[in-house]
Amino acid sequence: MKSLPSTGEKQRLLPKHFVAVVALLLILLLISVLMSLAFGSRTIGLGGLMDGLFHPSVESHEASVVRQRIARTVFGLICGAALGVSGALMQSVTRNPIADPSILGVNTGASLFVVCGIAFFSISSPSEYIWLAIIGAMLTAIFVFGIGSMGASGATPLKLVLAGAATTAILSSLVTAIQIPRMNVMDQFRFWQVGSVGSASWESVQIFIPFLVVGLVIALFVAPALNALALGDEVATGLGVRTGVVRIFAAFAGVLLCGAATALAGPIGFIGLLATHVIRLVIGPDVRFLMPLAALCGAIILVISDVVGRFLGSPGELEVGILTAFIGAPILILITMKAKMKSI
Amino acid sequence: MPTHTFETKHLQAGYDRKIILDDVNVRIPSNKISIIIGANGCGKSTLLKTMARLIKPESGDVLLDGKSIHKMAPKQLAKILGLLPQSPIVPEGITVADLVGRGRFPHQSVMKGWSKKDYEAVAEALEMMNITEFADRAIDELSGGQRQRVWIAMALAQQTDILFLDEPTTYLDITYQVEILDLLTDLNQKYGTTIVMVLHDINLSARYADYLFTVKNGKLIAEGAPKDIVTAALIKETFALDCQVIQDPVSNTPLIVPIGRHHI
Repeated sequence: MKSLPSTGEKQRLLPKHFVAVVALLLILLLISVLMSLAFGSRTIGLGGLMDGLFHPSVESHEASVVRQRIARTVFGLICGAALGVSGALMQSVTRNPIADPSILGVNTGASLFVVCGIAFFSISSPSEYIWLAIIGAMLTAIFVFGIGSMGASGATPLKLVLAGAATTAILSSLVTAIQIPRMNVMDQFRFWQVGSVGSASWESVQIFIPFLVVGLVIALFVAPALNALALGDEVATGLGVRTGVVRIFAAFAGVLLCGAATALAGPIGFIGLLATHVIRLVIGPDVRFLMPLAALCGAIILVISDVVGRFLGSPGELEVGILTAFIGAPILILITMKAKMKSI
Repeated sequence: MPTHTFETKHLQAGYDRKIILDDVNVRIPSNKISIIIGANGCGKSTLLKTMARLIKPESGDVLLDGKSIHKMAPKQLAKILGLLPQSPIVPEGITVADLVGRGRFPHQSVMKGWSKKDYEAVAEALEMMNITEFADRAIDELSGGQRQRVWIAMALAQQTDILFLDEPTTYLDITYQVEILDLLTDLNQKYGTTIVMVLHDINLSARYADYLFTVKNGKLIAEGAPKDIVTAALIKETFALDCQVIQDPVSNTPLIVPIGRHHI
């Protein structure tokens, strides 16, 4: 047997800089969590932080503020992670560098169902939102894929994005049409529609967890097949991938993750796009490594955006969805210019 | 050197209900290099794609060792039958080693990571295509000829007994065309891999093929060793081109010299 190439086994096991990137992300994650616990309308010092986290017997006001912020922070983390993985899944399924739940119209589908629920069925609790949002997200995804795969060549990335854009336009005008004559439901919906983790509680976290677990497990199982799919449907078929089945599962997981996040926090755009791009730039396109790191990166982006929103909006808060849109939109333009729409 | 029978039975296939292949019966010689030639749009690529399970036949069947390839588990089939399509997609920023490694997919499962066999297969494929030194480079940085070697290495890493290639030399300079065909011949000689490919160049086909299939209007019109079947009459029938067939002074295989309207 010939000796292994100079690159050796380690190179194949892990992408370049993988360990360093994970370490860096974990440090950033820790910093963002501490910032999220300490900063807000009232800034907490180190002592209060320690009391709130590690000394349950201490009953100071500072400690209780910290404890209140824990749920919000945890929710922000899992929400960001879910959106990060969802973006990676959707980009893989569509083989499109700008695919993101918000670009494919999935977020808007979830919004439409939630606004219908609020306007026509007086639904007001997150545990009911979540099903509506997921059903809306699923139906929109099926619709967009259906339109996108009409014609001879099947679901090409370009057709999918066009179908997503058209669908978003229709659905958001429906959302507005339902919203406008109903000023009374508007307040509740408007707050939700912006995308915020401010009102998150342990209940939100609890509702989210099962969806998160199912989505992540499916993502884990389809990752190797998505790597093959990245080389084109023909190569993937030659490698023994059932391309249709893999696409359906991956899209299902992506929609589930983003639908659940959207239901509980409102539509927070661009996290999946940003996280996936940053990570791909650093460690390359291997989906098996891309997805977990995009989860970490998405969590960091969301929590930091949330913290920044507390500063910018002070004395109130600027919702995280507004911030991610502000950061995300220019970066989307940059990516589009740089990508030269290669895979389209 | 494992041998397989691979054949099509009354194959009818096409795209979008338009039948392109009509009642094609092909038997691929095991452990040999077979080349399919024919004019543009004659169905040669459709034939290759249907045999490589990219197109589901309207009727008839493709049989590997007597079993329909459409009834076999895709991953099991992918351990025997590999495929390099004409225009595969290069993910942005992918390295040579990563791309070649993806050829190991049918041999892996989610729970088991990379095995020693996987690393060895990749190393061997890189070595055989002389691209070991590029292992860490991004594909975008390579030349067309080097890129094609990377793709063939990916198919090699799959370690299949049968390999289909759709025009593997298209868009390459003549130097790289010869290089790729030499490398495929090495592969055939070293491992006994059955190679089936579509090529445009008749003279290179006649030189490198053990067995030649000519296709016209979705039908097989001739098959056999190049020296037995390549005649001026066959070329006229297949390509509507007048020519003289002489002996290739290098390989002693048939060499066609086209006759146009000028310079006669």
